Amino acid sequence: MKEADEFHAILKDPVSYGRKMKEQGRKIVGYFCSYTPEEIIYAAGAHPFRIFASGENIHFADAHFQSYCCSLVRGALEGALAGNLDFLDGAVFPHTCDSIQRLSDIWRMNVKGPFHADIVLPVKLDTESARSYMIDVLRKFRKDLASHLRVEITDDMLKNAIGTFNTIRRSLKRLYELKAENPGIISGRDVYAIVKASMMMDRDHLTEALPAVIGELEKKKGNAELYAGKRIVLAGGICNHPDIYRIIEDAGAVVVWDDFCTGSRYFEESVKDNADPMAAIAGRYIERPVCPAKHAGIFTRGENLLKIAKEKDARGVVFLFLKFCDPHAFDYPYMKEFLDREGIPSMMLEVEDQLPSEGQLRTRFETFVDML
Amino acid sequence: MNKMPEIVLFFLAKIKKLALHFKKKKKMKEIMMVYYMEAKSARISGRKVAWITSGGPVEPLIAMDVIPVYPENHGAMIGASKMGTDLCEKSESMGYSSDLCSYARSDIACATVNGGPIGGLPRPDMLICCNNICGTVLKWYEVQARYFNVPLFIFDTPFCHVGYAEEVQRYVRSQLDEYVLFLEKACGKKMDSDHLKAVGKLSLEGQRLWQAVLATTANSPAPMTAFDAFYHLALIVTLRGTPLVIDYYTQLLEKMKDRVARGIGAIPNEKYRLLWDNIPIWPRTRWLSEKLASHNACLVADTYTSAWCGTTKYIDENNFFDSMAEAYTRIYLNIGVDEMARIVLEMVDMYKVDGIVMHSNRSCKPYSLGQYDIQKIVEKERGIPCLMIEADMVDERSFSESQVSTRIDAFMEIIKERKGA
Repeated sequence: MKEADEFHAILKDPVSYGRKMKEQGRKIVGYFCSYTPEEIIYAAGAHPFRIFASGENIHFADAHFQSYCCSLVRGALEGALAGNLDFLDGAVFPHTCDSIQRLSDIWRMNVKGPFHADIVLPVKLDTESARSYMIDVLRKFRKDLASHLRVEITDDMLKNAIGTFNTIRRSLKRLYELKAENPGIISGRDVYAIVKASMMMDRDHLTEALPAVIGELEKKKGNAELYAGKRIVLAGGICNHPDIYRIIEDAGAVVVWDDFCTGSRYFEESVKDNADPMAAIAGRYIERPVCPAKHAGIFTRGENLLKIAKEKDARGVVFLFLKFCDPHAFDYPYMKEFLDREGIPSMMLEVEDQLPSEGQLRTRFETFVDML
Repeated sequence: MNKMPEIVLFFLAKIKKLALHFKKKKKMKEIMMVYYMEAKSARISGRKVAWITSGGPVEPLIAMDVIPVYPENHGAMIGASKMGTDLCEKSESMGYSSDLCSYARSDIACATVNGGPIGGLPRPDMLICCNNICGTVLKWYEVQARYFNVPLFIFDTPFCHVGYAEEVQRYVRSQLDEYVLFLEKACGKKMDSDHLKAVGKLSLEGQRLWQAVLATTANSPAPMTAFDAFYHLALIVTLRGTPLVIDYYTQLLEKMKDRVARGIGAIPNEKYRLLWDNIPIWPRTRWLSEKLASHNACLVADTYTSAWCGTTKYIDENNFFDSMAEAYTRIYLNIGVDEMARIVLEMVDMYKVDGIVMHSNRSCKPYSLGQYDIQKIVEKERGIPCLMIEADMVDERSFSESQVSTRIDAFMEIIKERKGA
């Protein structure tokens, strides 16, 4: 759809987009992962810009990372060392896995940006002491960022930011719902681009662009043709491969939901109204579906995936993992078993920077979809 | 107390006798044998067993008379007995990726088949997971908590990229209280705080002794090698907080001091001194030790075994419990790469080494990612060469003997040239 064009354009060349914003005098703070409190960055008057792997050939990062480091970490450092991220006024590293943890160190020692923040969130999210520690950590980030950017971040500014991001999250969720209800009205590739670019686009513009997309879809849904493809759910960390959606659709299936860091985990749950905005933001991280590098119970992720698959009436699940992503690889056997027990077929695809050849992928997906 | 069958009583008596016998001799192998026998018969003797991570706070367990068992130590045993590859393959057939930590893979597989050199670890009554060494242990212990269906306590030690923040201290300190409550519930009895204090004192004393043992290798020739340290390490990991550790390392220290006084080196002709980084390549320690000795090179120290005595400076002798929070949070693997590099530089100076051998360990990302940067810092600051060996601590499929051998030869040539030998 044409409303998705500007999202595709950002994804195609995020560096130019970032530089252009910088030229307009914006402060830009780069960040990793969906545990970054974007609300605080936005409240500080800065622009939260999510960093992904550069997707280019690796020249610089191999001098810092061994071969068994994932492509996200390697590619992100490559982008920074190659100078592609020169528009950043700072970088924020929420603590998640062992590799991101070391990326932060190596970035701090080699990239030497103007502002480097580690948000060392608790690893377990199911105790009271972890909650109060998380609030402490967020408060500290708020203070550090304000002092670096020489601004004041008031509670009112934060509440306003929370409102903006809640709106964005609600819109993205609505987009997913529309797709799940009428899979034919928008391509998977478009949905992918919209969600991912939302993490980089100017948020004030985004709050207008998303409703425009949704408005179009609401209009279309009444006379949409019934889509006959088999409904599947994707699960994993981040997805860097829009082609996957097309290949899946060609194979006769359609992605109706996901459990991705660059998907539903980014928008699930709103920040609740609370006198203390930091406590409110922390509350959302505790409520929302977790990344496997966090702990909220030993069955929560399996139960959540099962819930998604059932609610969205999925016929099958495709696990899409980055090679060398330990937290996901550890959860895979039990999550697969959860699905097996309920008779939901699944397949697992492990990818690096480059997808396997299209022919190979096509065969794998066709075989899987035929089985559903 | 339930009436125990005769055979059980006989078995227990035998363990006691064995323990008494070995109390005099104090050989590592026997101590570990008794330890594992006790752990494996815990169900009969009515004691609880906790599985705990290698960097975890064990002292409260000892004080509660819970037997701590270390899956990582078990992983090392599996690796050293060359049984790792089979078990790793077994875990892969269970769906675990071959890129995952080989300690975790072999332990997860071992639990289902009771394999390995000691026929598997005793079933845990509880799991204590401290993530100060890695995030992998969290996932690994979640797997075991599902498998054994026992309570899991996560002792969360936030990573210290730079310094040590007060909110971290508050969080970790409050978890110590939660930990004690967890144990009291699991054991059905109160913690004896005097006993815990005594255990804490013993733990600190054990760590200091271990530090002193390792420090003897600053002498030239070194009275022992890092390969010896890998062996003697087992006690400070598994039994710290018990008097056994004090006795053992006191004797070992005396022995090393005596060797130093008499100028006896660990290898026949120590010409070159090297520092080891990362977890040993367990199935290949002997090969590697012979290979280096053939070049008259001695691994005099390492960053691995010293991790169990690296935070004594944070421990308050008179307030062990409170100070544990900082000591367990600031261990070697839970700090930034630049701070690790500083520690490596200190070791380079203290042990007067001519080069560093770094094991780039596919299994251990927090230990290995960052090594390239440390290598560059050391080469720049001290001008000594670093050799990087790509391998794995347990899984032999990641080890190429001919390649490593050639690289060691080339590395030793550089060192010989620089030393002008």
